[in-house]
Order: sequence, then structure tokens, then C-alpha cells
Amino acid sequence: MLAPALVVIGVLFAGGLALAGAQSLGYFAPTGENALTLRHYVSLGDDPEVYASLWLTLKLATASTVISAAAGLALALGLRGVARRSRAISLLLQLPLSLPHLAMAGALITVIAPSGLLARVAYALGFIQQPADFPALINDRFGAGIVLSYVLKEAPFVALMTLALLARLGDEYEQAARTLGASAWQRFRHVTLPLLAPAVVSSSLMVFAFIFGAFETPFILGRPFPAMLSVMAQQRYLDVNLAARPGAIALMVVSALLTAALAWAYLRLTSRLIGLERPFIL
Amino acid sequence: MKKPTTTKVAEALAVIAVVGLAAIPLALLASRSLAQSWYWPRLAPPSWSLRAWRYVFSPTAEVLPSLAASLSVALAVTLSAVIVALPASRALAWQEFRGKRAVIFALLAPVLTPPLAATMGVHSLFLRYGLTDTWVGVALSHLISTVPYATLMLTGSFSRLDPDYEAQARTLGAKAIDVWRNVTFPAIAPGLAVAASFAFLISWSQYLTTLLVGGGRVRTLPLTLVAFQRGGDEAIAAALSLVFLAPAAAVAFSVARFLKENQ
Repeated sequence: MLAPALVVIGVLFAGGLALAGAQSLGYFAPTGENALTLRHYVSLGDDPEVYASLWLTLKLATASTVISAAAGLALALGLRGVARRSRAISLLLQLPLSLPHLAMAGALITVIAPSGLLARVAYALGFIQQPADFPALINDRFGAGIVLSYVLKEAPFVALMTLALLARLGDEYEQAARTLGASAWQRFRHVTLPLLAPAVVSSSLMVFAFIFGAFETPFILGRPFPAMLSVMAQQRYLDVNLAARPGAIALMVVSALLTAALAWAYLRLTSRLIGLERPFIL
Repeated sequence: MKKPTTTKVAEALAVIAVVGLAAIPLALLASRSLAQSWYWPRLAPPSWSLRAWRYVFSPTAEVLPSLAASLSVALAVTLSAVIVALPASRALAWQEFRGKRAVIFALLAPVLTPPLAATMGVHSLFLRYGLTDTWVGVALSHLISTVPYATLMLTGSFSRLDPDYEAQARTLGAKAIDVWRNVTFPAIAPGLAVAASFAFLISWSQYLTTLLVGGGRVRTLPLTLVAFQRGGDEAIAAALSLVFLAPAAAVAFSVARFLKENQ
């Protein structure tokens, strides 16, 4: 029963990962490399561009995840009453979810680019004289466009996951707390938030892991240097010089291991905060 | 119970946010695709034109072949992912066996780690077997991220269904196919719809995997879209974004409607 799924995961994912590992460790046939070596990893460690990219990736993935989780939770709490009465709301929430990242990035460019709608409004109001005066929001140092694009896509995802849990829980616990005299803040802090934590934790973990390894949005809205990890790995992988390829693969192996370690740490931390015996997911 | 004003305000804000999130990107893309000579610093385009749309559907743009490539890959991937995921999720939900946690971990790993590392390995594997630059290779590579999602989602559906229902139907003399058609399938249909739509959406929006494994020869819609986004014609890129969005939104909407009807 499990065989077909395990074959797919075993050959394509585990096999792919193992081959990637082998190629990054000195077994890269196209350039005749055929001996175990750590030199591709060592040269990553000597490369300032790698540290810049790693730092940028961590920063942007964390910022996007935290803002998406907070916005998604707020959205779900604001919508819980409406969602019970009307089906249209959850249908509407599906739309940003199904909007491909490339399309969202394209839509954002029309608004936040130096000659985009926001800049034109700023010009009409007399704040700026030319597009160059408008603060850079795409291909910028801070990755503002990248974070904005992710929040617009992922906050609805967190909201949908949280609304699904809210629908299952009902509001009896909060009513009980109210009857016992808990204030609105106390009800939120000690009843609603702990009840919703599983949905927020698992959805934000998926969001973080996705953004950490994602490519399209930083490819369209980010700078070529320093670029997020996947963009940098893609640049090096597709370099005309094949000798750069094992280094690109090593970079993605590091990224995969790092994501796994961060995901594990996040689950450990959150399950302790919520007071669970075992980390949970989904 | 009377609702306090703050709740009403919060509700109104949330509804406005949701409507904005859904409508604004669409309105932007639509107006950008129809605008003509919308140069700085005009707030509104001086005139409208169907130029971008005519171009998108003209043979020179080669959008229709990429639409066909995207649809065929996504449908094949969805079908295969669901077929592979069904028996696995049934076993995971209903059976206890040694190594179950390891299997769950193996399914979570592709969900929680960047797919690019495995894709690069798969690329070299496929090079060896002549699967690079082919439709089959691209579809196979999309299974890496779709099968785990589909399996995890279906496991949830099966674990909410009591395995005894199947046993009872069998005791009453139902054939395996009838048990599936009349008992199991109706019970897991909502989960199946969600899993299939997820698989479709994941495959539909793959860019980098398709680029690496397909070598640019298997031109799905995202590849064509990026070519236009980089090419700098914003109107055409906007029109193409809408063409790219439409099937994804249609799938998400019909699944959401199906779920409501099944509640």
C-alpha cells in the first residue's frame, strides 16, 4: 500500500538529494571530478556572497513569516463571525491563494515600481518630482517588495487554516471564560490564542520553509546581489562554466539542511511554549 | 447577545481586507493589460486597447502551446499524485506498523525542505536516462512536491473515517469496487478534492523545476510568463498573468464550492 508513495519519495526525493550530495562532495562526472572532497563546501565558507545571501534569506523569510502569521491570525479572528454566516468569504480567501507567485509579483510591480501607481500618486500630490525620487520598493536593499508579495499571498493561507480550526472549535470555551468574568484581553491571551496556536504554528512553519527555499518572487522582485539562496544557487547552477555547478548544488544542500534544522527547532520551541509533550505538525 | 462596536469594526476591516486582497491584484493586472500608452506620470491610461490580448492569443506568442503543456503536465501530475497517495494515506491512517513515524517523516521532509536540492540531483539522474528536456521528466519531477502534500492531506481524511464502515459493507456482501464507490469514496471525496487541487496548483505554478529538468524545451506557462516579464512589455505580461491565473482560480473555486455543498 505504501510502496508507490515510498518509491516516488525514495527515488525522486531521497535519491535526488543523495545524488545532489554526491555531486557536491566531489563526484561530478561532467568535469571529471571523481574523488571525495569537501572543497566545494570549504569554498562556500570562504565566499562573502554566501554569507550575504544566507543573512538576507533568513531575514526576509523570518519577516515575511511573522507578518503573515500575525496578519493571518488577525484576519481569521475578524472574519470568524462573517465566515459562519457567509460562504463567499472563504471563496474570496481562495483567490490570493491560487494567484501564482509570478502573477502576484507582476501585479505588485504595477503599484510599487519607481514609475508605478504609488509613485504617480506621490507625484500628483507633489511629494516627488521624478520616478527616481520614489523610495525603491522593488530590487531594493531591504527586500520590501519580496516581503510584501509574500505577506499578500501567505496571510490568507494562515487565515484559512485558522478559520478551519475555529469552525471546528466553536466558541464555547470563550463563552465559558466570559461567564467566569475574563476580560476581552484575558480571553484572547489565555483561551483563544492557545486554542488557535496549532493552526498558526503549523501554517507559519509551512510558510517559512516555503519562503526559505522559494525562487520566483525574489527572482522577479529582488536584486541579483545579494540574492536569496535559491536565486544565487540557480545563477551558479546555470552558469556557462560547468565547474560552478557542484558549488551551486552544495549551496542548496546547505539550504535544505538548514531549513530542516530550523523547522525542527521551531517545532521544539513552539510545542514547549504551548505545553505539548511532542512536537506536532498538520 | 449584542455585539460590541469594536467587533463590528474589526469585522468590517477584515472583510474589506479580504475583498481587497482578492480584487486589487486582479483589477491591476486587468487594467495594465488593457491600458495603452500608460506612461509616467499619468494616473489613468489615456486610452484602452486589446493589443496585448490579441498578441497573447496570436500564434507568434506561442502562449496556446504553453497553456497546453502546462495543463497536460498538471493534470497528469494531479492524477498520478492522487493515485500514488490514496493507498499510502489509507495505510497511514488505519494501520499501525513498525517504522510508521519514519514514513511520516519521509513524507514531511520534501514539504519542509527546499525542493531545489533534490531537483538538482534528479536533473543529473534524468540526464543519465534521457529524461531531461522531456514532458515525462518534467511531470515526474513535479511528483516530488505533490505526492507528499496529497498523501498528508488524504491521511487526514482517512483518519476521520472509521475503517469499520468498509468492514461492515464487506460483511454484507459488497464487492471491493462497490465498497469503494458507495462507502469509502463518498466519505473521503472532500479530502480528495482538496488534495487534488493542491497537487494541481503546485504543479501549475512550478517554474524552476520545469526550467531545470525541461531545459527550456518543455515550455509551460510560467516559463513563457517569465520570458515576457523579463522582456519588459508590461501589458503582455499582465495579460499572460491573467491567463496563468484563470485555471488555478477556477480549480480553487470549484473545490471550495464542492466542499461547501458537502458540508
